[in-house]
Amino acid sequence: MTVITDALCPFCGCLCDDLTIVVENNKITDIKNACKLGSAKIMGHHRIEAPMMRADKKSEFKEVSYEEAINEAAAILFKSKRPLLYGWASALCEVHKKGILLAEEVGAIIDNTATVCHAPSTLAVHEKGLPTATLGQIKNRSDVTVFWGSNPVHAHPRHMGRYSVFAKGFFQEKGRKGRKVIVVDVRKTETAAMADEFIQVQQGSDYLVISALRAILSGHADVVPESVGGVPKEQLAKLVDTLKAAKFGAVFFGMGLTQSISRYKNIDNAISLITELNAYTKYVITPMRGHYNVTGFGQVCSWETGFATAVDFARGAPYYNPGETAANDVLMRKETDAAMIIAGDAGAHFPADSVRQLARIPVIQIDPYWNPTTEVSNVVIPVAICGVEVAGTAYRMDGVSLQMRKMVEPTLPTDVEVLERITQRVRKLRGE
Amino acid sequence: MELLIKNGAVVDPVNGNKGDKTDISIKDGKIVNKVSSKATVLDAGGRLVMAGGVDAHSHIAGAKVNVGRMMRPEDSRSGISPRTKITRPCTGYTVPNVYAMGYRYAQMGYTTVFEAAQAIMKARHTHEELEEIPIIDKGALTLFGSNWPTMDFVREKDMDKLAAYVAWGLLASRGFGVKCVNPGGGEMWGFGKNVTGLDDVVPSFDVTPREIIVSLMKVNEMLKLPHSVHLHCNNLGNPGNYKTTLASMELADQVKASKNRQVMHVTHLLFNSWGGTNWGDFESKSDEIANFLNNHDNVTGDMGQMIFGSATTMTADGPKQYANAKLLHAKWSNGDVECEDASGVVPIYYVKQISVHAIMWAIGLELALLTKDPYKMLLTTDHPNGGPFVNYSEVIALLMSNKKRQEEIKTVHEAVHAKNKLPGLDRELDFSEIAIMTRAGTAKVLGLLDTKGHLGVGADADISIYDIKPDQIDPSVEHAKIKSAFSSAAYTIKGGNIVVKDGQITATPLGRTYWVDAKVPQQHHDEMMKDIVKKFKNYYSIQLANYMVQDEYVTHPQVIKAGSVPVEVN
Repeated sequence: MTVITDALCPFCGCLCDDLTIVVENNKITDIKNACKLGSAKIMGHHRIEAPMMRADKKSEFKEVSYEEAINEAAAILFKSKRPLLYGWASALCEVHKKGILLAEEVGAIIDNTATVCHAPSTLAVHEKGLPTATLGQIKNRSDVTVFWGSNPVHAHPRHMGRYSVFAKGFFQEKGRKGRKVIVVDVRKTETAAMADEFIQVQQGSDYLVISALRAILSGHADVVPESVGGVPKEQLAKLVDTLKAAKFGAVFFGMGLTQSISRYKNIDNAISLITELNAYTKYVITPMRGHYNVTGFGQVCSWETGFATAVDFARGAPYYNPGETAANDVLMRKETDAAMIIAGDAGAHFPADSVRQLARIPVIQIDPYWNPTTEVSNVVIPVAICGVEVAGTAYRMDGVSLQMRKMVEPTLPTDVEVLERITQRVRKLRGE
Repeated sequence: MELLIKNGAVVDPVNGNKGDKTDISIKDGKIVNKVSSKATVLDAGGRLVMAGGVDAHSHIAGAKVNVGRMMRPEDSRSGISPRTKITRPCTGYTVPNVYAMGYRYAQMGYTTVFEAAQAIMKARHTHEELEEIPIIDKGALTLFGSNWPTMDFVREKDMDKLAAYVAWGLLASRGFGVKCVNPGGGEMWGFGKNVTGLDDVVPSFDVTPREIIVSLMKVNEMLKLPHSVHLHCNNLGNPGNYKTTLASMELADQVKASKNRQVMHVTHLLFNSWGGTNWGDFESKSDEIANFLNNHDNVTGDMGQMIFGSATTMTADGPKQYANAKLLHAKWSNGDVECEDASGVVPIYYVKQISVHAIMWAIGLELALLTKDPYKMLLTTDHPNGGPFVNYSEVIALLMSNKKRQEEIKTVHEAVHAKNKLPGLDRELDFSEIAIMTRAGTAKVLGLLDTKGHLGVGADADISIYDIKPDQIDPSVEHAKIKSAFSSAAYTIKGGNIVVKDGQITATPLGRTYWVDAKVPQQHHDEMMKDIVKKFKNYYSIQLANYMVQDEYVTHPQVIKAGSVPVEVN
């Protein structure tokens, strides 16, 4: 029996690093400190057991060797005029590096799951920057914590305990009692039920509400109507007073803000509010990133290509223009003629038009798990689970990078091995 | 592998060479006395040969550099070039991608570059990027100036524990030296405040910037670290700050150097040599700073020269960056690091016709021209704060030619005539002085002069050859040729390998990462760790076991041993 302490959880952007894992005969038998979501991921489910291929998407998969699957994957990418390499969020940074190299070599577009999640936040950062802090800074200092369009009780179960609400810190010895918790959402979530104050906005009115808050903050309450987005002016004015009275305020925002009407403009406006609040007191804002290493892809892609995501290598040099080069842009325009989906599930999360295009073209899936993307794939290459069977680097939602531990020995090849072999095969097909 | 460079006009101030035709023999990556007849011969044809450039202060890797890329796609879109058979694609001007970072330094003839600031908690990220920067040797300075353990041990006046913490922090971050940015200010910014001078007390920790600076200098010398404390002064970027700078530099007298180098390096002095009380009466006080340096041998500085055009300011000086963003109405990123420090990133565009920018531009040049000994004033642009490093050749040409300076002065805001000394300075630096400011001096300040910054036997075979014949050029008049030659080396040799020929990358070997392994008595370490364990249990958001940068992140280490206990000699 082996006990691994201080292990990292490969589920959400909290990247909790205090797990204890008990391993017997290369099987995980007990997990301590993880939440239900994390435990379920670590214990594993619906693994793909062997590489599979099928000529057309209506026929059944046939088990093949890794060599056959890898050669076919390379042949598809080599033949493709407009390949898309998509996913990456549930893989380690070491995998991202290999993926970007492959994208360069085959002239692909590389994009990650943020495109249906926090990519609008990236667009807002282009406009306004990101005044943020590590989560421990918030734990030690924040006396006002705001969750806007995010629901940590369900999506990031240990966030409030470890970092933002219940955690005790140097200047916040009382934990929950020392913090005012505000939830802004379209419905009364379970996080809202625990808050000191819940602001219910009408769906699609976040931008208006943020604008009203900014107007009141800057002394222009006179231009704000009696009710904005379903929120009485009086409640907004009270909220501004609460925000201003903080010694250190932290705002966490989720897909309620990034994927509702106005998308990146919501975040742009929210960052402006944060910047303006800093004229009165200290404020920071942090996106509630979903997958445990979706932040890492943005980091690696930025330092390697200069751009965080949606990078097009068709011209040999990186070209970035979301709206034109993001995964759904090229799928909906039916430009993509082959796709490799790795460590992300386009089949489950993309709009129907994009999935229809995936159903028309050759698709390679590299993933430990059977998921809706498998259903539209031609070549399926199962791999070891990053962060459980493979050690490597991941970035927490606040940009702190940590090294994930290997808990058990893998029985399948790693993403890195598979990508390296595909890249070598592509080079061979090119006659190098 | 052997290489013989013949017919070079070698400028190597450390070895007393001022342009004489000297052959340089290279074997196994080092400069040697002689090579066999089988050596590859490289005929320099009378052209200028110098040691590879060494940069002691440049923001090339890590969290804030990547924040710069993420918030500035407009910057990444400039300077784009596709991949080639040898090179990966390049992007960016002020915040280049990792590949461009290495290639462009090598193309200028630079072979060693130090990242100027990393928080320990984010050091893993720094090393992830350093690992991917090709060709050059590199390292990173580690921030200690607002760390909670630093302030606790300073308050307790426990230098043994502070020394143990610095040694452990360097190991944890695989860091090269002690960086101290706006000491105390990083903690104050945790609640949106700042310190205003050396004697402000940091609440909750009950220490002053003065005490932090002096204590860090003391333990730096106790540990006999290769580099001195590397200080970004309080009040940076505020009119009238030269007084704080002078008062900070005076603190150096309180500590004796453990090595043949300064005890304090004050960085990017351009931003710390300001007179006046506001932007209206803003003026240069570079003469006061240079005068101090001319009369003291225990302090060195670097220019932080400003380059007109686009720049990205990035620093651990969080409150300054918020002030900058407000002043410029610019986009603003902030990056507080728990229990350690702050940081911020703000784009800026330096304009010739803005009086303050013109005065700043002149201050940087004045610092270099008024400081008599070039070993005391290194050439930097505080990349990318003053401007991108690719402009070093512009700075070199300005320092070598009064004619060029006078031509430039005609194009900038007239305020420089009233607020600066530059228009009346006729000093023109020679090749030896440039070699000191970019090679010998930087290597000496970093404590690496045994192997870097010169071409004597035993030095690393890091060499640059420029397309200039020193005996046939008048830099004062032919400054355009000087600029062109220094922007694109005829050859760059790194560790004995030719990596650049005629300004083009020819090979991309991986460089090494320097870090310092400093030993302290075990008892001091154990005592210090008791405090650290408590900090992690209560205040950090990660486990102590996951904090330290693992060996996997530094694949080509160059470890320098130091410490307050006798160092084992291999």
